[in-house]
Amino acid sequence: MFAYYLDLAIRSLKRNPVLTFLMVLAIAVGIGASMTTLTVMHILSGDPLPGRSARIFYPQVDPTPATSDWQHKYPLPMMDYTSAVDLWSAQRADRQALVVDSPVKVRAPNANRPPLMLAMTSTMSDFFPMFDVPFEYGGAWTPADDANRARVAVISSDLNDKLFGGKDSVGKTLRLKDSDVRIVGVLKPWRPSPRFYSVVGGMSGNGQGALPYARPEDVFTPFFTGLEINAGAFQQYTCWSVPPVPGHLQNAPCVWVALWVELDSAAKASGYRSFVANYAQQQKALGRFQQTDTRMLDLVQWLDYEQVIPSNVALQMWLAFAFLAICLLNTLGLLLAKFLRRAGEIGVRRALGASRRSVFAQCLTEAGLIGFIGGLGGWLLTLLGLWLVRRQQTPYSDLVHLDVSMFVVTFVLAVAVSLLAGALPALRASRIAPALQLKTL
Amino acid sequence: MQIQPILAALKKHKIPAFLIVLEIALACAVLCNTVFMIGQRISEIHLPNAIDEAGVSVINVNGIDPKTANADIPRDLDALRQIPGVTAAAAFNMFPLGNNSWNTDVGTSPDSLFAKDSPNIAEYMFTKGGPEAIGMRLLEGRFFTDEEYAGSKLGDNYLPTSHVVVVTQSLAQRLWPGESALGKRVWIGQQQNYTVVGVVANVLRPGQNGGGIGHFYWAMFLPVSPAAGIQNYVVRSAPQARDRVLRDSVAKLEALSPSVVVKGQAFTEIRNKFFADARSMVWMLVLVCVVMLAVTAFGIVGLTSFWVGQRRRQIGIRRAVGATRAHILQYFQTENFLLSTAGVVIGMVLAFGINLYLMQHYQLNRLPWYYLPASAIALWLLGQLAVLGPALRAANVPPVVATRDA
Repeated sequence: MFAYYLDLAIRSLKRNPVLTFLMVLAIAVGIGASMTTLTVMHILSGDPLPGRSARIFYPQVDPTPATSDWQHKYPLPMMDYTSAVDLWSAQRADRQALVVDSPVKVRAPNANRPPLMLAMTSTMSDFFPMFDVPFEYGGAWTPADDANRARVAVISSDLNDKLFGGKDSVGKTLRLKDSDVRIVGVLKPWRPSPRFYSVVGGMSGNGQGALPYARPEDVFTPFFTGLEINAGAFQQYTCWSVPPVPGHLQNAPCVWVALWVELDSAAKASGYRSFVANYAQQQKALGRFQQTDTRMLDLVQWLDYEQVIPSNVALQMWLAFAFLAICLLNTLGLLLAKFLRRAGEIGVRRALGASRRSVFAQCLTEAGLIGFIGGLGGWLLTLLGLWLVRRQQTPYSDLVHLDVSMFVVTFVLAVAVSLLAGALPALRASRIAPALQLKTL
Repeated sequence: MQIQPILAALKKHKIPAFLIVLEIALACAVLCNTVFMIGQRISEIHLPNAIDEAGVSVINVNGIDPKTANADIPRDLDALRQIPGVTAAAAFNMFPLGNNSWNTDVGTSPDSLFAKDSPNIAEYMFTKGGPEAIGMRLLEGRFFTDEEYAGSKLGDNYLPTSHVVVVTQSLAQRLWPGESALGKRVWIGQQQNYTVVGVVANVLRPGQNGGGIGHFYWAMFLPVSPAAGIQNYVVRSAPQARDRVLRDSVAKLEALSPSVVVKGQAFTEIRNKFFADARSMVWMLVLVCVVMLAVTAFGIVGLTSFWVGQRRRQIGIRRAVGATRAHILQYFQTENFLLSTAGVVIGMVLAFGINLYLMQHYQLNRLPWYYLPASAIALWLLGQLAVLGPALRAANVPPVVATRDA
């Protein structure tokens, strides 16, 4: 029966090519616009660590003074040095890493090229296994390197390509500012989106800004090593009074370090929460803290709280869906006109024994066919739209592509929209009284 | 024109009529808000900036040895000034729209720092010749003297040791509304204060800093002698010579200090980059508006054509009993006008609601009232244009149709 309806639908569509074209076009542009924005949204709001993100947490404490002007609803988004190092040294989580970014001057000895200004992340050996960072050559440094302030580094695959032509550079030397470090690992191309481990503050040098969708840093060093060799280059997220020595933030009244922990079970997570709360209480008793607010969000909650998705993108998505609604109404009106115009033909079919149900099914088949063709057009327009997005100078341009799930959603959405648009006209058509129509023939 | 028969006819086509009204309402609501957003973005892109945008280039040097910076910077500036075509050069800590900003909270009295409403402003610092190099326009007072530049060291707290400051017009109005700013003091913390010696036309900050457009001009300018951290060279030349000057400057600086990272940009390029996102958003919004209006118009054409086809016989009868072509034309035009009116009334309410939602969630401003009637008129016109084709076809139905059997 479906094949017969399909045949009827194709005949009917061929009979009014202009009307058919208008309906297909409306669905195609509506789908194209909404799928372009939905795909961007899908990519930007994806879970950067699927399967692991619920185990990754971001503890916060509040080291600010109690003066009324600095009342925060929640603790500041980064930590002061003392609190961060205290909590890290306690080693109470399954894995834990301090993270801080700074701009650094990089040179490869024996390479005849001008020095580069790059972003450097200083962190702990736990960073790599905790965040599933893939290695091409070598591996992470050891926990002993963290403690000994070893002069070692891990570099990105981009930097390895640039300085060493993509060859295994483990064991080679890199000059960071004025110190030589030994390369112990080279990453595979790694592009978490967003760059979840530093979505606040971070480096703001070189006009790169702390954009959540920027590429990961090119150089990774142990935390304390980084503080030593790049002293003076660290920037605070914020301070509540002027730091005594700028760039040297270890004892400054500033927050500038992030602490990430991995906790494998809910029990451990609640244990860690009370550990952080106790720490704040204890620091207050010692007189270092005046507030005892603490908080610990998991990775997804944290990204949500920091609103990493650019508001432009969300706005565009709402706009595109309003536009799709207009296209839907448009198609609905045109289908209604089309079906009712065929009232005579439908009357004859009904008189010859077709049930209401089969008239309804036939009309819906036609609507669905329009949706499918519209979906094809919409898919092409989505590809065009995504191509336009890629040409824009946004930090996430290189991430944008249509994956399989979005490809499927395109067609499902197109057919669903057209079936929705077709339902009411089909219902009206199926309620046509045959006698009335036959009389006028 | 009688409205009664039109309403009676519409009652027979409730669903299609309702669809057109709904479509126009949605189009009206979306149109209001997108045109408003387009306007806001365009005014952002064209924000005035009282510097010599066409003649200024900025060269950033990164990795100067802090110990020798106070000697290297004057040497670099001397070399830059010798390049033919360079009319002025100075070192700045940051530059407008550069995204990298030194900010501080300021007050008008010693203890107002960290008060809730103390404005957060950008602190520009430059070496001797800075105002000429970037092309600032003095409105009141004076720029700095040679002694003020020479006597001002960049302190450990990243503030100059001088006690004079030039502020933008907007900042002067924010701190001392209705008064002259000259001679007043700007406080940073409880110890440091600066006396205002000049007011300049508004210069943009390196970034919006979350404060919205209203805070975009809150900046002050401080004199400083060369030091590490003051390492953006601003070079000015005639606009025609700018590209060559920029190339020569970068080459010269690279030759002078092979160990630093040199990056040069014309200011026009910096401005373009800064607003690239806003510009692509404008294009996207314009595209959506145009396609949306086109789709709405096609919808009206399609439905009206259907109605005309359905009513051929009635039209023929009306023509046969004396209606002129103009009457028939007017009938469809009035019908469309009634539907559009219902649509835009609902649409205006909807537009207002969407705007309220966007204000809450996306820091958009309130929609000015005149956007509502403006987009109402736009949709009326669109409706009339769309209906014209089918209505003319209806008007051309010959009276003889009435005599034929359907």
